[in-house]
Amino acid sequence: MQEAAEYQSVFVGAAREKLDDIMSRYPTKRAALLPALWIVQEERDWIPEGAMIEIAELLDITAAQVKGVATFYTMYHKHPVGENFIQVCTTSPCNVCGAENVVKALLKETGCGELGATSPDGKFTITEVECLGACGFATPIMVNDDFLDSVTMETVPEVVARYRDGKATG
Amino acid sequence: MGYPHKSDPKENVVLSEYFGDAGARTYDGWVERGGYKALKTALGMEPNAVTDIVKQSGLRGRGGAGFPTGLKWSFMPKEKTRAHYLCCNADESEPGTFKDREIMRWTPHALIEGCAIGQYAIGAEVCYIYIRGEFTEPIKVMQAALDAAYANGVLGDNAMGSGKKLDMYIHRGAGAYICGEETALMNSIEGRRGNPRIKPPFPAAAGLFGMPTTINNVETLAAVPHIINRGAEWYSGLSLASEKSSGTKLLSVCGNVRKPGNYEVTMGFPLKELIYDLCGGMPEGRTLKAVIPGGSSVPILTREEAEGCILDYEGCVAAGTMLGSGGVIVFDDSVDMVYQIMRLAKFYAHESCAQCTQCREGTAWTVRILERILAGKGTQDDIDLLLDLADQMTGKTICVLSDSCAVPVVSGITKFRDEFDAYISGAREPVLTHG
Ligand SMILES: Cc1cc2nc3c(=O)[nH]c(=O)nc-3n(C[C@H](O)[C@H](O)[C@H](O)COP(=O)(O)O)c2cc1C
Ligand code: SF4
Ligand code: FES
Repeated sequence: MQEAAEYQSVFVGAAREKLDDIMSRYPTKRAALLPALWIVQEERDWIPEGAMIEIAELLDITAAQVKGVATFYTMYHKHPVGENFIQVCTTSPCNVCGAENVVKALLKETGCGELGATSPDGKFTITEVECLGACGFATPIMVNDDFLDSVTMETVPEVVARYRDGKATG
Repeated sequence: MGYPHKSDPKENVVLSEYFGDAGARTYDGWVERGGYKALKTALGMEPNAVTDIVKQSGLRGRGGAGFPTGLKWSFMPKEKTRAHYLCCNADESEPGTFKDREIMRWTPHALIEGCAIGQYAIGAEVCYIYIRGEFTEPIKVMQAALDAAYANGVLGDNAMGSGKKLDMYIHRGAGAYICGEETALMNSIEGRRGNPRIKPPFPAAAGLFGMPTTINNVETLAAVPHIINRGAEWYSGLSLASEKSSGTKLLSVCGNVRKPGNYEVTMGFPLKELIYDLCGGMPEGRTLKAVIPGGSSVPILTREEAEGCILDYEGCVAAGTMLGSGGVIVFDDSVDMVYQIMRLAKFYAHESCAQCTQCREGTAWTVRILERILAGKGTQDDIDLLLDLADQMTGKTICVLSDSCAVPVVSGITKFRDEFDAYISGAREPVLTHG
């Protein structure tokens, strides 16, 4: 597989030390699987197949077991995503506060057009997500690792502008 | 306090006293505010005596089921031949609930102190705090607080000089509501898919890594230091109605109210006062239509039922619902109940772990049938089908996620039948094109 041929190890240097430290917190190696996947995503923005194989070797489990876990949890990206990955809560409590209008405004402002599609400039991908645990601050959205409260149709242009020129935090 | 709003005099602010006060986040700030006194006291007592105080306080689990906390702790084996574990459930993903997030954001040391006391009482050297992956800010705040607790000798090999070993780690989730279910959470820590386990064995017998384990919600554990400091009698006396419900409860109010937020009241507080007084009532020109008082998994109340509902475990049952996690979702008269029930069913369909046929198929079909109705293509038979499906989904699966999906459907059809009928008869314009 082409990707495997080009694969560069994630768990070297500081990343390896971090994983070793995490492994010391649990009685089994396998328990470090979710944290290991997080380390990969922090380093590479998504989880390539090669990294799953690398994790499997480090934790003494099979690559299929790693894949089974990586695919169960929605926050792990199994494919590369747009530079800014935006998730909007549209579950009922936010829904009745206008979350679907926030989605529409985001699709328009970023030029994504539809959910799951990457904008023509490659800068944004938007998805709907279930309850983000901040329902009193409707509508919460996540842009990459940033958690933004109380986004409204009206504040969408400002939010998009902030992220358009690179990954802003906060 | 009604964070992000100012505290209301009708509140009883215990857990939320320092919400919004960044000074309480630091170790020094927490100690200045009386922090870690309770842990010190507890470490000077027999572990069983700590459990007894919690038992006498009447504290019940704030994660949804309301199980007595002291009793749960007492199920842990007394002899320690194997490792014991404490898991703190900070997966908070039940629609309508956002209280644990504020506890962690503003008073991380309160949670650490509560966990440490719990660990000591059940004989667990290790506690894992399982925080949902999306809570990036609470994770940062909690990690900084944990680092400070270690640096100041609160945690570690010799916790507060007691000679006891207390370790505490954050385990970050990665987007799966089902991991809030206690056995799924344990699988998730073990590096597995978050599938709930068949019970028995119960966690106190064979939980995390097969060892005796106790799992408690964030709000439950955060209440413990106050109980140690102020006594079981003080806590059990905090009750406006039923004696079986004591203490304060954080209510996360969201949906159509003027001032959504977290309000902390004494158990037994009237739901009507919460909505109209503390939360400022409905938005301009609107009236109350329905309330889900305990997170999306509990039955929907009509306006009349809600206005007579008392917020404690027994009061909610008397009103035909449950206190659950205390996530109060308010719907005004502009809300399309059929659409919102579909949206809730969609939540469960998305979050089903797919192990049980009734749940995997039932949640998906519930959404499809509701969408058909919303697309103007439903028939009266669909209503019967939905109710029959709901019946098949209740009490038959490994965990109660399946039952939880049936709950809004059944209570919605029973109480807002006219809205379903309006779509079916064509009196209401379809709102979906697919279905
Ligand atoms: C599908 C499902 C999701 C749950 N999600 C949560 C959750 O996010 N947080 C939580 O504390 N409890 C949740 N629970 C309840 C837990 O299984 C468990 O009862 C609780 O954490 C025990 O703590 P407590 O006794 O302190 O309430 C969930 C239960 C189910 C069935
Ligand atoms: S009821 Fe649903 S979520 Fe629960 S174990 Fe079965 S399939 Fe999984
Ligand atoms: S429903 Fe949107 S954050 Fe909970």
